[in-house]
Amino acid sequence: MNLSLSLMLQLCIILPAFATLAIVATGNKPNLREAMTLSFGLALFYCVINLYQAVTTGESVTAFWWELLPGLELSFSVEPLGMLFALIASFLWLVTTVYAIGYMRSHHEKNQTRFYTCFALAISAVMGIAFANNLFTLFIFYEVLTLSTYPLVTHAGTDKAKKGGRTYLGILIGTSIAFFLLAIVITWFVAGTLDFKQGGIFDSNVDKTLAGALLVLFVFGIGKAAMMPFHRWLPAAMVAPTPVSALLHAVAVVKAGVFTILKICVFIFGLDLLAVLPTTQFMLYLAGATVLLSSLVAMRQDNLKARLAYSTVSQLGYVTIGALLATSSGVIASSMHIAMHAFGKITLFFCAGAILVAAHKSKISEMQGLGRQMPYTMAAFFIATLCIIGLPPTGGTWSKWFLLIGTLEAEQLIIMAVLIVSSLLNIAYLLPIPFRAFFPKVSAENEHGIPSSTGNIQIKEAPTASLIAIGVATIGCLVLFIYPNPLYELASAVLEAPKVTYGK
Amino acid sequence: MLVHLPVLQVIVPLMAAPLCLILNRSKVVWMFALLSSAIAFFISILLLQQVMTSGTIVYELGGWEAPWGIEYRIDKLNAFLLLIISAISTVVLIAAQTSIEKEIPKDKHALFYILYLLSLTGMLGIVSTGDAFNVFVFLEISSLSAYSLIAMSRERRALWASYQYLIMGTIGATFILIGIGLMYQMTGTLNMEDLSDRLPEVTQTRTVFAAYTFIIVGVCLKLALFPLHLWLPNAYAYAPSIVTAFLAATATKVAVYLLIRFTFSVFGFSFSFTALPLQILFMLLGLLGIFVASTAAIYQTNVKHIFAYSSVAQIGYMIVGFAVSTVTGLTATLLHLFNHALMKGALFLALGAVMYRIGGVQISQFQGLGRQMPLTMAAVVVGGLSLIGVPLTVGFVSKWYLLMALVESDLWPIGILVLVGSLLAVVYVWRIVEIAYFRPALAGEPVKEAPLSFLVPIWLLVLANIYFGIDTRLSVSVAEAAAQSLFQVSALGVSQ
Repeated sequence: MNLSLSLMLQLCIILPAFATLAIVATGNKPNLREAMTLSFGLALFYCVINLYQAVTTGESVTAFWWELLPGLELSFSVEPLGMLFALIASFLWLVTTVYAIGYMRSHHEKNQTRFYTCFALAISAVMGIAFANNLFTLFIFYEVLTLSTYPLVTHAGTDKAKKGGRTYLGILIGTSIAFFLLAIVITWFVAGTLDFKQGGIFDSNVDKTLAGALLVLFVFGIGKAAMMPFHRWLPAAMVAPTPVSALLHAVAVVKAGVFTILKICVFIFGLDLLAVLPTTQFMLYLAGATVLLSSLVAMRQDNLKARLAYSTVSQLGYVTIGALLATSSGVIASSMHIAMHAFGKITLFFCAGAILVAAHKSKISEMQGLGRQMPYTMAAFFIATLCIIGLPPTGGTWSKWFLLIGTLEAEQLIIMAVLIVSSLLNIAYLLPIPFRAFFPKVSAENEHGIPSSTGNIQIKEAPTASLIAIGVATIGCLVLFIYPNPLYELASAVLEAPKVTYGK
Repeated sequence: MLVHLPVLQVIVPLMAAPLCLILNRSKVVWMFALLSSAIAFFISILLLQQVMTSGTIVYELGGWEAPWGIEYRIDKLNAFLLLIISAISTVVLIAAQTSIEKEIPKDKHALFYILYLLSLTGMLGIVSTGDAFNVFVFLEISSLSAYSLIAMSRERRALWASYQYLIMGTIGATFILIGIGLMYQMTGTLNMEDLSDRLPEVTQTRTVFAAYTFIIVGVCLKLALFPLHLWLPNAYAYAPSIVTAFLAATATKVAVYLLIRFTFSVFGFSFSFTALPLQILFMLLGLLGIFVASTAAIYQTNVKHIFAYSSVAQIGYMIVGFAVSTVTGLTATLLHLFNHALMKGALFLALGAVMYRIGGVQISQFQGLGRQMPLTMAAVVVGGLSLIGVPLTVGFVSKWYLLMALVESDLWPIGILVLVGSLLAVVYVWRIVEIAYFRPALAGEPVKEAPLSFLVPIWLLVLANIYFGIDTRLSVSVAEAAAQSLFQVSALGVSQ
């Protein structure tokens, strides 16, 4: 075991935590504070890249902190799935920080120091989740993530923010304590361990009914995966500033949820056991229903962020479906979709924020003809839309492809139909937005008194920092289409990863 | 010197109490009381060390051999309790002087410390002694001083609350005395060790059954088990803040100790759980307590009331663990004993700081305190999170063990109930958080952060909440060892 790599691994969790101190210390000097955030972000990304290289050469990296309760320890290890999640989260943290600098300043948000502090803490928790070596460690960081994002959701301090925060905390803490914790305790009692292990930790003769009940508890308990009927927190969280919605509620928090589900399916149950559980089919249908219903709800939202939020709920359902299919294609699809959707959705949110800052518009019906005023933003929006729908030339294509193969492999034709219908719904609720922005209805134009296309509209784009971030994320969507190999390799290695042993 | 530790544990505060009268100057008395409490704390650490390494310590008072003389018997359970009580007492005393300046008339300050030390003596005495009648004596010492401490508040309603407590407490103490009398009648001994030897011969008699029932009811009154909790909320809410912090963190714990001691060491596990349908009864009352008291807490407007009801609910958790009647269950109870003392100590002290600054703890007065008293309110948030049972706080450790115990005994539906109950804690804690952080401050004089003499003890307890939530070696190992030895002793009693 390489000691310095082990240190790197711990730094991934410690660095963002230290960043909070640096941010608080430099709180009254905005430039320095944001430089701090950026440099810690860079340092974190450097560590993650190093770990990535180690993983590709097949080294096993582990770290042990301490034993919290007898037999339950706080320990970390690197495996492909966690690596993939950490890569995306740390990279996008960097991008989001750049974006946030532009957004927060031109939006004149208050309490920016608290914002950056909680943000860094949340990233620290995400890294903890990504590299957790056992379910117990994962649970602890899962709760830290919930609590550290609460001040971000209620950032505005208004009654609406307070109400949103209530729903957010109520559902996430409620499900995690009532179901998730119980499921963990029962698992610990039945299996005698909580370590993630290739092929699962249960005996082959485990009571199938009990394990089936556990699956239900897990899926509902992980409220961050936004499975219906516990999805309400996600739209409620949209009162947060846009960078929060972008990174946390399109990438870090929600992905932490589906990542946990995936991890439990693969490393706690194991695909063989998962395939024969009596409740798997039911949960699969529930995920399918979540996908369709939330797409339908999304169509009826006029607030752009709300529409994107419901779209996220629907897309998270894809990942859950992929995990519950219990086939290798399904797992590959889920892992890749975590990445693809992250890039697509973060771009969309960046654009939504840019529109809010530059044009002060949050309603879709007001965005007609906006393409002339904000051409770059709306172009990026268009590309990201393709990524979410799953059309070339964007990365979203691949994950949809593997997901469909997965449904075929598992002979889940109904689920396959759900996916196809959902893609059509995606087109219906997302594509009109950029389309109308560039080609407004003539009548609507006159009604709103927008001057006709004589070219006297000034280009008024989002702040430069935000634009750069949008550009990077959009390029990400495109590059992942041409060059999805690193992701694919990580995703397909998930099922081959050797059991990480660690010497005490 | 080391040989005399068990008696010194009780004697030091007992002797210190009248000395306070001589010193008489408020500040000097405070230092003196603090010093004697700290000595008691130090002794308790030594005792715990000694017990963990070399087993039970038996000390014969005045050299009279038991069962004729009074015997102090320190095993793992007592040592653990002694540590909790003396530690909390010491930490709370740090803030005492500042707090009572505003809450108790100056001429009564010396009296306050005398009563405080006597109350401490009583509790330490109850826990150390191995003599059933001695338990009653110390129980009265601690209770009587507690009644007067509560009545010292400037708040007039405190008198009524104290009177209520006096009536209920006296009934409880009398029941315990009747129980002890009946046992004495049947066995001719008052020594607990001796009692546990002799009781099995007469377990079939109605008298022993009545004795046990009296003791259980009496103890349950003292520990405020639902529905015998009615004295508690007002007593806690109207007492001076320091008294609330001290009593909330220790008094009910001592009663829980008595319950465990009588059930396991004196009557023996098999008798206790067959004579009365304790398991079902306690499970039911514990759960009801959790739900009713937590719900009541949600609707209170006085923050002290909120946490007082929450105390009743937390006792429910301890009783549920007790009712599981396995080693893990008892471990959970003992852990929660320790952990709850840390949480409530921190929370009530923080409320004391708020009381000191703004003169009241109505929930509406908390508006904007998140900005004005950031450190105090942060302490309330951490204490509240611990109450909810969030990981990395002590509350999580107790919850984990309680769940383990329930799942182990195939009682996992009750596990769900326990977890849902803890969600109620989210509601009442978050009510306070929202008001403190989201409402703008009330107009008028800006409120300053609490003085250092408050912040130090508050944050000592808050950090303990976090520390023992992460490094659980001490609390878990002692609680487990104590639970195991209780079951062993109980099992031995049966075989004899």
